[in-house]
Amino acid sequence: QQPAQFTNPETPGYVGFANLPNQVHRKSVKKGFEFTLMVVGESGLGKSTLINSLFLTDLYPERIIPGAADKIERTVQIEASTVEIEERGVKLRLTVVDTPGYGDAINCRDCFKTIISYIDEQFERYLHDESGLNRRHIVDNRVHCCFYFISPFGHGLKPLDVEFMKAIHNKVNIVPVIAKADTLSLKERERLKKRILDEIEEHGIKIYHLPDAESDEDEDFKEQTRLLKASIPFCVVGSNQLIEAKGKKVRGRLYPWGVVEVENPEHNDFLKLRTMLITHMQDLQEVTQDLHYENFRSERLKRGSRKIEDEEVNKDQILLEKEAELRRMQEMIARMQAQMQMQMQSGEGDNSAAHGHHV
Amino acid sequence: PHAGPAESKNEAAMSELVPETRQKPVVPMKPTGINASLLGYIGIDTIIEQMRKKTMKTGFDFNIMVVGQSGLGKSTLVNTLFKSQVSRKSSGWNREEKIPKTVEIKAIGHVIEEGGVKMKLTVIDTPGFGDQINNENCWEPIEKYINEQYEKFLKEEVNIARKKRIPDTRVHCCLYFISPTGHSLRPLDLEFMKHLSKVVNIIPVIAKADTMTLEEKTEFKQRVRKELEVNGIEFYPQKEFDEDLEDKTENDKIRQESMPFAVVGSDKEYQVNGKRVLGRKTPWGIIEVENLNHCEFALLRDFVIRTHLQDLKEVTHNIHYETYRAKRLNDNGGLPPMAVETEENHESNL
Repeated sequence: QQPAQFTNPETPGYVGFANLPNQVHRKSVKKGFEFTLMVVGESGLGKSTLINSLFLTDLYPERIIPGAADKIERTVQIEASTVEIEERGVKLRLTVVDTPGYGDAINCRDCFKTIISYIDEQFERYLHDESGLNRRHIVDNRVHCCFYFISPFGHGLKPLDVEFMKAIHNKVNIVPVIAKADTLSLKERERLKKRILDEIEEHGIKIYHLPDAESDEDEDFKEQTRLLKASIPFCVVGSNQLIEAKGKKVRGRLYPWGVVEVENPEHNDFLKLRTMLITHMQDLQEVTQDLHYENFRSERLKRGSRKIEDEEVNKDQILLEKEAELRRMQEMIARMQAQMQMQMQSGEGDNSAAHGHHV
Repeated sequence: PHAGPAESKNEAAMSELVPETRQKPVVPMKPTGINASLLGYIGIDTIIEQMRKKTMKTGFDFNIMVVGQSGLGKSTLVNTLFKSQVSRKSSGWNREEKIPKTVEIKAIGHVIEEGGVKMKLTVIDTPGFGDQINNENCWEPIEKYINEQYEKFLKEEVNIARKKRIPDTRVHCCLYFISPTGHSLRPLDLEFMKHLSKVVNIIPVIAKADTMTLEEKTEFKQRVRKELEVNGIEFYPQKEFDEDLEDKTENDKIRQESMPFAVVGSDKEYQVNGKRVLGRKTPWGIIEVENLNHCEFALLRDFVIRTHLQDLKEVTHNIHYETYRAKRLNDNGGLPPMAVETEENHESNL
């Protein structure tokens, strides 16, 4: 695409709106971006390590890991931490929502309630703000993306994984992730990925789909998108430790049998996951706004109005019933009056009351 | 509600029969008496050779159970331990098998022979354990199975015309697989081991240990050991059954340093430094299963097979089985179970 030729505004036929994307871009950069990422998975699957690796920071500096006995009584908590990351003048306000306690209990039946309530609450709040009078500074705390961690030790999805994803796939963009991928050989990884994709399809779970590259994008980008799509679910390894490997310092994990490099695409999909998240942050937000939020909003408003309609219907019914009863009573009274009239006319002496009409 | 008089009487009787600390294993007492000096060679020591010949002729039973969530490498590990395809997954298992909705107990028997000694090995698998959304009481079918084997043995024992050699289906050893989260035990792990360590020898192992670096492994093991201790879980080898100082020193070292064993299993061979080794191939190196620098599989194998195999059987017979037997006899008023009908009733109470 040609750069906007705004240096010569006098060119005949030139309006100048081709400059709009640049203006939008500049405004966005000034405003900064907000992104909320939810992280869900059993304890010990490598979630915190991965988040720290993705954003090259330590989001959990004072972390205490509870023992098993403590976990017995614990319910699922929601913990949100926000960091402001700035890179080349672009500000990102990133909120990571953790869900400690998920999948740990012996009975996980109520595992998702807290999480689903949280997601709905953010939608509710946004809906409320959007419908309010002052809409200048709406804060968007809606969950734009959910990384769901699948255990690398299993043979595929667990019953809990299936149930949870089905419960939230209409509320949030799900990106399935397999962390601690260094526990799997390449063949095992392929097998596990395929098994998971098959099970996702089998159960009708809707995960986030990367949009296809536009036809006018360059070949590299198209190829990159193709590769990304083919690698889902991503098998990643996280680490912020610097290890010496092949003469240079890389982020990785040191084993007696070798070094696993986080940023080596032959070792794991970490770079792919990071690329996907960064290049599709905008799309993740859009899908949240246009699909999940709109779903929530229409459900919510329908539910709200349906309640009122139901009550009106009931009122009408009650009115009709009351009117019918009134008519019946009036008819009865008319009959009684008529009878009394006849008796009074037929016999003075009779005590008509003694006939004891049952009303 | 206040317990009735009959119940408290039973409880009192029970506590007499089954004291708080379990009895020491019944072993032949070391002969006491004057140490006579020998004038020549008699040949008493040949009894060892006679016992060995007998064992070789009759062979022996060994029953090992594996418990843990799906995918922790239980079947692969058992195959690696016995260097043969002995797990449930080797006898016509379909890789695409779904997780069963309840815990199943699947026992597969094989006869393996080495150096003239025959072992009838039974591997008892427990698919479905810990895999559901609601895992409450998922250990109950396992406890039931173990008690059923004790019951079977008891019935044979009390028969008037007993078999010369009672077939032993009792579980001698239960390998419990801990998920290598690197954090701590899971609530389910605690619950299972609390309940089952009272009826069977539990050996906790950390599965798929190639997911942890050396530091992570050491830290995790320490934390797990501490949690087991704090929660009063007596895994095998239990402290109370150490016979003498020699046992105690040896077992202390195992209990406090080696266990739980962090293992890796594999039934595939690769060429490393000119040798064929069992291992796992990854883009960053080959993990050798029997290399002590890589994982503790060799320690587990030596422990279960080469040094403590007989002891596992003895503790099962002399302690766990005796505890069960005492409770059963007491429930039956001190009499051994005889009539078929009563036995049926008792079995349903298990």
